[in-house]
Amino acid sequence: MTYAFYIASFVAVAATVRVITGTHAVHALLYLVVSLLAVATIFLILGAPFAAALEVIIYAGAIMVLFVFVMMMLNPSPRTVRREQHWLTPGIWVGPAILTAILMAELAWVLTGGGDAGSSMETVTPKVVGMTLFGPYILGVEMASVLLLAGLVGAYHLAYHLGRRREREKEGGNER
Amino acid sequence: MNTLPNTIPIEHGLIVAAVLFILGVTGVLIRRDMLFVLLSLEIMLNASGLAFIVAGARWLQPDGQIMFIFILAVAAAEVSVGLALILWIYSWNRTLDADCASKMRG
Repeated sequence: MTYAFYIASFVAVAATVRVITGTHAVHALLYLVVSLLAVATIFLILGAPFAAALEVIIYAGAIMVLFVFVMMMLNPSPRTVRREQHWLTPGIWVGPAILTAILMAELAWVLTGGGDAGSSMETVTPKVVGMTLFGPYILGVEMASVLLLAGLVGAYHLAYHLGRRREREKEGGNER
Repeated sequence: MNTLPNTIPIEHGLIVAAVLFILGVTGVLIRRDMLFVLLSLEIMLNASGLAFIVAGARWLQPDGQIMFIFILAVAAAEVSVGLALILWIYSWNRTLDADCASKMRG
């Protein structure tokens, strides 16, 4: 399991370097997803399976999907089809594919029992996390809910006025 | 002696978290595209979460994972508002250059 930790760390750092040096936003996003998956693997190795699942579902799933949606809204150009063809050529996705293949090899190795996973490893189970979260940390949960509500209201407010502004621009353009 | 449950020294886990955090700071400093700045902020939040998980694994306490859950909530709220602001700025001056946004008044 020790080597798995270092390999996953290498994948995380390499993918993160490609994120901050990437020129195209979608490529950087692809590498960031790989980096988050690698960090989730590290969580699993460190004995935090609940945090690993949350990392994959919320970070690599929900938050990255938000980024993808915004990129779709920012790129409504007619050159999209040509760019799609350009993206489907190998060389762009081969880097993330290699890094993900390393992670998948690690997963297969762990699942086939190569690293005596689960037998000697001590984990902090989701049950303990839940008991502590809704026990001593209940105030933090309430504060997090207030924060998420504030984020929801803020995003709704901005999006509402953005939509009205676009409608007004469209009407003004038709009159002219 | 200072090892995580499976013989990984705690320093190595913290070094990985620090490297990821420094990469995030570097991204914020060297990029001018606001989308990349937001991605770098995500990297930094994720690295701090990793540090919490490493510390929680060292002492086998659930507190590290709980702090990670809170960081996750902060990241979700920050991303939703940040992306809405990015859409605003893009519809304002048709670019995501962070330097152009410094012309904002009121």
